[in-house]
Amino acid sequence: MGTYVPNTLQEQEGMLHSIGLNGREELFNSIPKEVRLDRSLKLPSGRSEMEVRNIMTNLAEKNRVFKTIFRGAGAYRHYIPSIVKQITSKEEFITAYTPYQAEISQGILQSIFEFQTMICELTGMDVSNASVYDGATAAAEAIIMCIERKRRKVVVSETVNPEVIFTIKTYCSGLDIEILTVAAKEGKTDLSKLEAILDQEIASVLIQQPNYFGQLEDGEAINTLVKSCGAKYIISCNPISLGILKTPAEYGADIAVGEGQPLGIPLSFGGPYLGFMAAKEAMMRKLPGRIVGETKDSQGRRAFVLTLQAREQHIRREKASSNICSNQALCAMTAAVYLDAMGKRGLEQAAILSMSKAHYLADRLCEIEGFELVYKGEYFNEFVTSCPGSVDKILQVLEERGILGGYPLTGELDGKLLWCATELNSKEEIDNMIDILKEVVGR
Amino acid sequence: MKLIFEKGNKGRGCELLPPCDVPITEVNPNFKRNIELHLPEVSETELSRHYTELMKRTFGVNDGFYPLGSCTMKYNPKINDEMAKLPGFSEIHPLQPEDTIQGCLEVMALAEEYLCEITGMDRMSFQPAAGAHGEFTGLHLIRAYHKSRGDKKRDKILVPDSAHGTNPASATMAGFKVINVPSTKEGLVDLEALKKLVGEDTAGFMLTNPNTLGLFEENILEITDTIHQAGGLNYYDGANLNAIMGIARPGDMGFDVVHLNLHKTFSTPHGGGGPGSGPVGCKDLLAKFLPSPQVMKNSDGSFRLEYNNEQSIGRVKAFYGNFLILVRALTYILTLGREGLKNASESAVLNANYMMHQLKETFSIPFPKACMHEFVISLEKLKKEKGVSALDIAKVMLDYGIHPPTMYFPLIIQEALMVEPTETEAKETLDEVIAIYKQIYEEAVNNPESLHNYPLKTFIGRPDEVMAARNPILRYRAE
Repeated sequence: MGTYVPNTLQEQEGMLHSIGLNGREELFNSIPKEVRLDRSLKLPSGRSEMEVRNIMTNLAEKNRVFKTIFRGAGAYRHYIPSIVKQITSKEEFITAYTPYQAEISQGILQSIFEFQTMICELTGMDVSNASVYDGATAAAEAIIMCIERKRRKVVVSETVNPEVIFTIKTYCSGLDIEILTVAAKEGKTDLSKLEAILDQEIASVLIQQPNYFGQLEDGEAINTLVKSCGAKYIISCNPISLGILKTPAEYGADIAVGEGQPLGIPLSFGGPYLGFMAAKEAMMRKLPGRIVGETKDSQGRRAFVLTLQAREQHIRREKASSNICSNQALCAMTAAVYLDAMGKRGLEQAAILSMSKAHYLADRLCEIEGFELVYKGEYFNEFVTSCPGSVDKILQVLEERGILGGYPLTGELDGKLLWCATELNSKEEIDNMIDILKEVVGR
Repeated sequence: MKLIFEKGNKGRGCELLPPCDVPITEVNPNFKRNIELHLPEVSETELSRHYTELMKRTFGVNDGFYPLGSCTMKYNPKINDEMAKLPGFSEIHPLQPEDTIQGCLEVMALAEEYLCEITGMDRMSFQPAAGAHGEFTGLHLIRAYHKSRGDKKRDKILVPDSAHGTNPASATMAGFKVINVPSTKEGLVDLEALKKLVGEDTAGFMLTNPNTLGLFEENILEITDTIHQAGGLNYYDGANLNAIMGIARPGDMGFDVVHLNLHKTFSTPHGGGGPGSGPVGCKDLLAKFLPSPQVMKNSDGSFRLEYNNEQSIGRVKAFYGNFLILVRALTYILTLGREGLKNASESAVLNANYMMHQLKETFSIPFPKACMHEFVISLEKLKKEKGVSALDIAKVMLDYGIHPPTMYFPLIIQEALMVEPTETEAKETLDEVIAIYKQIYEEAVNNPESLHNYPLKTFIGRPDEVMAARNPILRYRAE
């Protein structure tokens, strides 16, 4: 059996004796008999490291790793620089707790401070927190942040990722918050429908840029509508796109949120990922979660600490701005190292490559009869096409050739595919898939 | 130390991506970024050394004794991290077809089976990303249960005054009102007070057992029965499960829903604050309300994600939770097995009792009888007589190269230090630490003034937290 207990049974006997006990059972005298488990747990016996490695490796091999991926829809495969993996594997970072003891936690604290700065730079906002669980909970927390006594309705565009919308619904369901959704028109938020539902009771409006279908929303026009009713404007954004695309701040957003996974975090079957939240200074004290601030120590040296803690659960209990305690600190560090390594030039390049490959992919797909762009607007690295014949059949053929094709949409968009490309998709890969598709469709 | 933004120089960087092999798409000016993007411009050498410097300013379990009460900072086995990095787990897109993710689904199914057995629950969801997220999810299950029965009056959650801050905060976020339940002078839930507080408006009761004082609630069956009789449900905060694996199960104590902290009990690392994982388990009566999707087994032995759960509370997060953390926890459970998990709990309780026993002559320990996996020291008397606070004592410990215990918690004990040594510390480490604690105490008694200035050997001294909060500098701005 595997164990991480250093003391031998003999040593433990000695310890028991030294505290006046005759056996281990006596350690548990305070647990009433009626609730004691009178049998062994029905679990397998412990195993050696080598045996466990085999079991886990066999489980991993039951999954299919796709060499080529043209699927995003909320999780994106980008190139991860070697140094990102190296730095975030350092045991000090991995095994540290939340940095409550600032004097021995300057490394973690400074890395979070640098992360906060980069998120502000990316989004154009003034302040950022230290991370929340993922992009979906970041959006939900942002919506809760904006609720006021007389504004208890929120507007969410239907062009936001459905997983995010479902999460928001759960978060709001206990809080007497009414969620209004705005339908899409040609793949974008329908501005006239948005205008029609806005009033003085609306606390905030959430859109996604680029939206779930890859389309670029008219962020400025939406801002004008939102501000005219006095609501807060929340934009969920793709951080890679911000290397070249307009920032939430430039659109007039009060809060920027998003899924930070594209910044150096592997696909990981959906987690752990990274929720980021940044806001205008006026909303600083409403932000949930940890925030790191710069200060000085007793000798005037630069120091970093967890700050503005009067917002948090361990101080405010039931009156806290959120219940969040553990966050995604190591993922935040991953994103920071990624952005350090890429720099401005590298991030721009990743964004341009992703956008260009997606447009090339779209052009080539549209050469094939039956594949057509469903929406005509501007897009970044995702787009929706129609599909000739059975979606399942086409995806199946691609799967057999080691390609994860576009994501099959459902509901009103049943039979359509949501495609994605990043810098990892070479021209050769794209051309190869087009050849395969031509063959299938031609048959 | 310099920030990464203050290192490097214009034009420096790493060449990471190839040139574009397709025609370049120009961004429409309406959508183009116009504000400058300031990111560091550093070489790989500078970047690598920057983080090595930060690493040296970080203290992990790998660096030394880390007895944070209620945090279970046990050793993080290395095989767990290696398994999480297998491409067959880390390179899987969450929206792949079901036949290509059978391994991931089997991990979830196996972990569900094992963790349900450990806790005495029937079903489990891995969607919650951390303990507080699990509390939020579990409370929504309670809400959904009452609602499904048309029982609309139940809007109150009872929480002991010794509870973690997340308990009342989660209850508020899930839309409940919080009622605090006092503790007895023995440090347990005041049953008589509880009986007076329950009623037709009781939705549920949240309890950590052993509680945050390191004591097992001896009247647990009467407590949970009181809540059930009043029509409420019992919520188990699994923060302290490390004391009782294989010895007692929340499901046998009358709890209906639990959350676990895989990053405490099941050895996954804390990462400087996260990611954790806070799965929620429940009895059959709540299973239909669990977050969607749930992993189900098909008749041919394969697995599927079941989205068709009409009464589900919905999603609490995108996708399926912090999956790679679950991979680590499963690796741990498979390694220890039924004997190893029980041994871990027994050894954790033994280590705590050993330390408490050796310290109780010197320090004031409010509940010195016997503890579970952790115990609380009160420095109230020392503060009153010598002016030395729990904070002062904690800061001296830093200079000895050990991490201080949890400070000022639970709130019901003045000047509290909460010590949880865990099972992965050797006897000689405990003996060294006991000697250090006693030495510091002696210094505090004989030379109290000197204790206000520690630490002296760390990279920085005590930071000015008031200045940080009054004049918040939350980001770097280039001159």
